[in-house]
Amino acid sequence: MFSYYLDLALRSLGRNKMLTALMVLAIALGIGASMTTLTVLHVLSGDPLPGTSGTLFYPQLEPRDMDGFEPGMEPPRQITWIDGMNLLKAKRGDRQALMTGGAVPVQPAQSGMDPFYSDARYTSSDFFSMFQVPFLYGRGWSAADDDNKARVVVISRTLNDKLFGGKDSTGQTLRLKEGAFRVIGVLDTWRPNPHFYDVNMGNYSNAEDIFVPLTTSRDMRFDHNGSTDCWGTGGGDDDHAETQPCVWLQFWVQLDSAAKVAAYKEYLEHYSQEQKALGRFERPVNVRLPGLMEWLDINKVVPGDVKLQTWLALGFLVVCLVNTVGLMLAKFLRRTGELGVRRALGASKREVFTQLLIESGVIGLAGGVGGLLLAFLGLWLVRLQPSSYASLAHLDLSMLVMTFLLAVGASLLAGLLPAWRACQVAPALQLKSQ
Amino acid sequence: MQIKPILSALRRHKAGTFLIAMQIALTLAIVCNALFIIEQRLAHLSEPSGVDEANIFVVQNEWVGSSTAEQADAKIREDLRVLRELPGVQDATPSNSYPLRGGGWDDAVKLKPDQLQDSSGATIYFADDHFLDTLGLKLAAGRNFRAEEITPMNVRDRLGPPVVMVTKALADKLFPGEDAVGRTLYLIGGPSTIVGVVDLLQAQSVDRWASAFAYRSVIVPKRLAISLGAFYIVRARPGQLQAAMRAAPTALFQHNPRRIINEDDGVLSFAEVRARAYERDRGMAILMGVICVVLLAITAAGIVGLTSFWVGQRRRQIGVRRALGATRQDILQYFLTENLLISCGGALVGTVLAVAINLWLVTRFEMHRLSLMYVLGGVVILLLLGQGAVLAPAMRASRVPPVEATRSV
Repeated sequence: MFSYYLDLALRSLGRNKMLTALMVLAIALGIGASMTTLTVLHVLSGDPLPGTSGTLFYPQLEPRDMDGFEPGMEPPRQITWIDGMNLLKAKRGDRQALMTGGAVPVQPAQSGMDPFYSDARYTSSDFFSMFQVPFLYGRGWSAADDDNKARVVVISRTLNDKLFGGKDSTGQTLRLKEGAFRVIGVLDTWRPNPHFYDVNMGNYSNAEDIFVPLTTSRDMRFDHNGSTDCWGTGGGDDDHAETQPCVWLQFWVQLDSAAKVAAYKEYLEHYSQEQKALGRFERPVNVRLPGLMEWLDINKVVPGDVKLQTWLALGFLVVCLVNTVGLMLAKFLRRTGELGVRRALGASKREVFTQLLIESGVIGLAGGVGGLLLAFLGLWLVRLQPSSYASLAHLDLSMLVMTFLLAVGASLLAGLLPAWRACQVAPALQLKSQ
Repeated sequence: MQIKPILSALRRHKAGTFLIAMQIALTLAIVCNALFIIEQRLAHLSEPSGVDEANIFVVQNEWVGSSTAEQADAKIREDLRVLRELPGVQDATPSNSYPLRGGGWDDAVKLKPDQLQDSSGATIYFADDHFLDTLGLKLAAGRNFRAEEITPMNVRDRLGPPVVMVTKALADKLFPGEDAVGRTLYLIGGPSTIVGVVDLLQAQSVDRWASAFAYRSVIVPKRLAISLGAFYIVRARPGQLQAAMRAAPTALFQHNPRRIINEDDGVLSFAEVRARAYERDRGMAILMGVICVVLLAITAAGIVGLTSFWVGQRRRQIGVRRALGATRQDILQYFLTENLLISCGGALVGTVLAVAINLWLVTRFEMHRLSLMYVLGGVVILLLLGQGAVLAPAMRASRVPPVEATRSV
């Protein structure tokens, strides 16, 4: 029966090519535009660490003085050196890492290669295990290396390809600024999206090429990049950033169970109280412990323009659908004569309805294929854009399936009303007018 | 033209009428808001920078190896001498930033040292005595820096130079209606006397978060003497921009090779700076434009399709009317009026919808209120579009011969 209906549908669609083409085109355009923007949104609002992100938290403390205080203010989005080190040493989480970003001058040993600056991350030993960073060669450094300000470095695969021709470079020496560093690890390709652990350094930027212990970076006086917020007498003096009243570090903690999360929050409150008693903190205790995904939300990582475009495209799809409903209505009602004959010959309303819905499904499928092509074109155009997230805009399998579901679902929805109206014809009346 | 028979005919095509009206309403709502966004973005990206854009380029110079503040400052002064001696170069100045760069040092300006609330935010531009000439800025009042006032600034120093220049926008904000020259303002490191007021100079960020202090800048007589490096803003002689852009990095490397000038974006003409600063806005405006055009085309096609169907359905009635004495003009008028009625209904709903969508966007996307002009413009566009779209089917209808009345289907 299905193949018969399919045959009927194709014949009917072939009879009025212009109208069919118009309907397919309308659906294709609507689907193409929606899928392009939805894919970009999907990529940008994705989970950077699927499976682990639920156990990662970003503690916020309130260390500022009373200047400009208002109740209910959000605590700073970074942390001071003193608090960061205290939380790190307390080891109350399953894992924890303190970090900040920077840029270091790399001086290649090879002659003929000019020195260059590389983005760097200064962090502590748990960084690699906590964020499940994949290693190609070697490993990360130990907590002892942190304490000893060891001159060790972990480099990215890209940098390893550039400096060492992709060979296992562990044990080799790399000159950073004026110091000799021993390479102890090479990362495999790693690009978490968004760049969640430090949203000041570009939300969708690449991961850094160089990782060194935070303590070593201070020892070497490596330049610090990113946001620094100061209050009171703080500001400007990067050399004494450890004691300045400034927030410039990020602190992440891994907490594997809900009980631990509650306990950690309690610990943060207790810690703030203690600091207040010591006179370091002045404001009322105000701690927060957002999870990774919540943290991305708070920072509005997904650009507003992308959301706006998505809404616009969905509105566009609705107009295309309304348009298709109108055209299908016209098409189905024009065939009331034919449908009347079928009804008189014994077809039930239900069968006629099914037949018409299959016809709209065929339109939807054709529109889906067209929409997919348009979405590929749209994403290609997006990738030509110079924004940092442009290169990420690719259609994955789930979005591919969604395209077809959306297209067929939308056109079936669009076919419901016209098909129902067309079924309502009284067979006798139609036969009479013939 | 009688409207009553049209209305009673439409009552028999409720679904079709409703769908066209809905489509027009939705299209109107989206097109109005899209046009409004386009206009806002275009207005934003045509704001003047105040500098001589045609002849300016920027070099981002980074040093290799660390050096003391004195050494870094000496190297900067050497570089400037090299740049200024180039034949195609009119002048050059070192700075921490430049207009439309996208971000940098913004700071609070106060009028009293113990003030809790800031008087204004402002972009901080480092400048030497060549800054005004290099950027092509005009002084509205006061004087330029003198060469002996320029001092190097290290990371440890707190910013509080004895003299500063401000932009006119900042002067008007701090001292409305008064002469700003000779007055005192407070930066983080202490009091500074205003010696000059610059007419027009855009801030380093044109993003929305910085719009609160757009055009408000403090120009400080400082050279950024840090080991990381700084920007050199260079003004080429008229017509020699390309040549100067090629010559500058070569000459700098020749003089001192221990530096990094990024191949991709180490040397940028101001046209490139402008394109980078506004690429998102321009992209958004183009996208909105494309969506508008496609949307209008689809709506027009929908109207053509549905009206064609109605014409086909009513051939007999048209024939009867023609046989009873209606002219071709009457038939044409009938379909045009019918479409006008539906469009007006749709436009009415669409206007409400457009305002509703705009209000929702205002709460979510930092947009401005839609001005009624856009809604009116949108209504006119859609009414014309409807009339245009219906013309072809209506012409076909008017050509139905009266003899059609006597034929059975």
